[in-house]
Amino acid sequence: MRITQGTFSSLPDLTDDEIAAQIQYAISQGWSIAVEFTDDPHPRNNLWQMWGLPMFDIADAAAGLSEVRACREAYPHHYVRVSAYDATYGRQTTALSFIVHRPAEEPGFRLERQEVADRRIRYTLHPYVADRPHGKRYEWRG
Amino acid sequence: MTRPAEAGGPGWPAEPGGPAEPGGSALARGFAMPAPGDTPAAAGRPVNGGPQPAPGQGETGPPAGARESLPDDALIDIGEEERQLAICELLGRLDRELVGLVPVKTRVREIAALLLVDRLRRRYGLRSSRPTLHMCFTGSPGTGKTTVAIRMAELLKGLGYLRRGHLVSVTRDDLVGEYVGHTAPKTKAVLKRAMGGVLLIDEAYYLCRAENERDYGQEAIEILLQVMEAQRDDLVVILAGYRDRMDAFFRSNPGMASRIAHHIDFPDFSAGELIRIAEIMVEQERYRLSPDAHQAFREYIELRMHQPRFANGRSVRNAIDRFRLRQAGRLVSAGVRVGKDDLVRIEADDIRRSRVFTQDSDLG
Repeated sequence: MRITQGTFSSLPDLTDDEIAAQIQYAISQGWSIAVEFTDDPHPRNNLWQMWGLPMFDIADAAAGLSEVRACREAYPHHYVRVSAYDATYGRQTTALSFIVHRPAEEPGFRLERQEVADRRIRYTLHPYVADRPHGKRYEWRG
Repeated sequence: MTRPAEAGGPGWPAEPGGPAEPGGSALARGFAMPAPGDTPAAAGRPVNGGPQPAPGQGETGPPAGARESLPDDALIDIGEEERQLAICELLGRLDRELVGLVPVKTRVREIAALLLVDRLRRRYGLRSSRPTLHMCFTGSPGTGKTTVAIRMAELLKGLGYLRRGHLVSVTRDDLVGEYVGHTAPKTKAVLKRAMGGVLLIDEAYYLCRAENERDYGQEAIEILLQVMEAQRDDLVVILAGYRDRMDAFFRSNPGMASRIAHHIDFPDFSAGELIRIAEIMVEQERYRLSPDAHQAFREYIELRMHQPRFANGRSVRNAIDRFRLRQAGRLVSAGVRVGKDDLVRIEADDIRRSRVFTQDSDLG
């Protein structure tokens, strides 16, 4: 099941050209770029791990794209996203966030029904990969 | 942490009154280059307007406008191509704004011509590897290295070899960290900032301190080399500094020497050129030298040139600042009524009171 989080996630995966163009747009807006990665695909997992520091004063998308590539290479079985922060509001404001890399295979989520008092049902989502150890969740063998 | 790219030395904005740029090919004035007449091939094709290929996406060349190659018998008008890329204008500005520096201007013209021809070849589908553009500027302080680097960045952007054409000027402190593990992120951050433009490393030989084997400079050099090789399309590195020390630096870092294609030596200015620079600076500050002051300045320069710590264009600028200081002091202490002419004119006395005339070894 394909994870759709952030901007452009319902589109086919962006090519590197398209990623560079989006990064360049963010730079032109004065936003700082950060590369983040995770292997916990739960939609409520907002805090992904940072790949290096945010890039505050770059002029060209090549700088951002080289970090995206480096992160992909280091974590081929993780999700990688680019976030752009707009600092003009004086607080951390995500202006743009989109996935730039995803694992080859995405098993998706299990819907869990929990029966509580008075036959009421509570629903929750459980990623199948969450049962596997952190860091190895998307490394399938065979 | 980084100094802004200041136009130290003999660079100044274009002022009316310089020699007018003739209409013809700016490159052709440097050396003979045939400019064939008008051809249908060049007409009506926007060179810069096409969609830009993505940065660093497998594409080895700069964003060339033409996608499909021209037929083998087509002709391109080089002059027209230059005009479209605004090269004439850039080289003309270089000529007007910088006094002297003939060998430097010739080399810049040669590089511009090479890149232009490379671009034209590309339009016929003649793909050759992207030329290495990393450079080394050697010369005394104040000979216009930073100014030429700024112009070079603009030129490379005009020719499509750089996407942004900005200049990031750094020294050792901006690249080398203070403790283990500090250097790599610091150097990488600077490189990222310079991507799409030119990274000017001033006094690059300080990166390498041969006497201290635990110095972190070597780490910065290794990262630099790696990026200079792997991301040649994304940035151009210019090393600047004194000639002899730079030679020593290259001797101890052969990897660096082999990755630098263009070595440009900036000659010291002659007395006549320094006076010409001073005239332009004085005019730009809306001052005027009286005829006596002109003569005094000539003598001043002759003396100052042979004293220690002479920094060419930068010394001229500092000297003019001190003349202004003395002129102001003179006017205020006189305490009489002054007119516009008094405020504009620098007298010989303002110059002759300089310590250059009285002491042999000290700054004036």
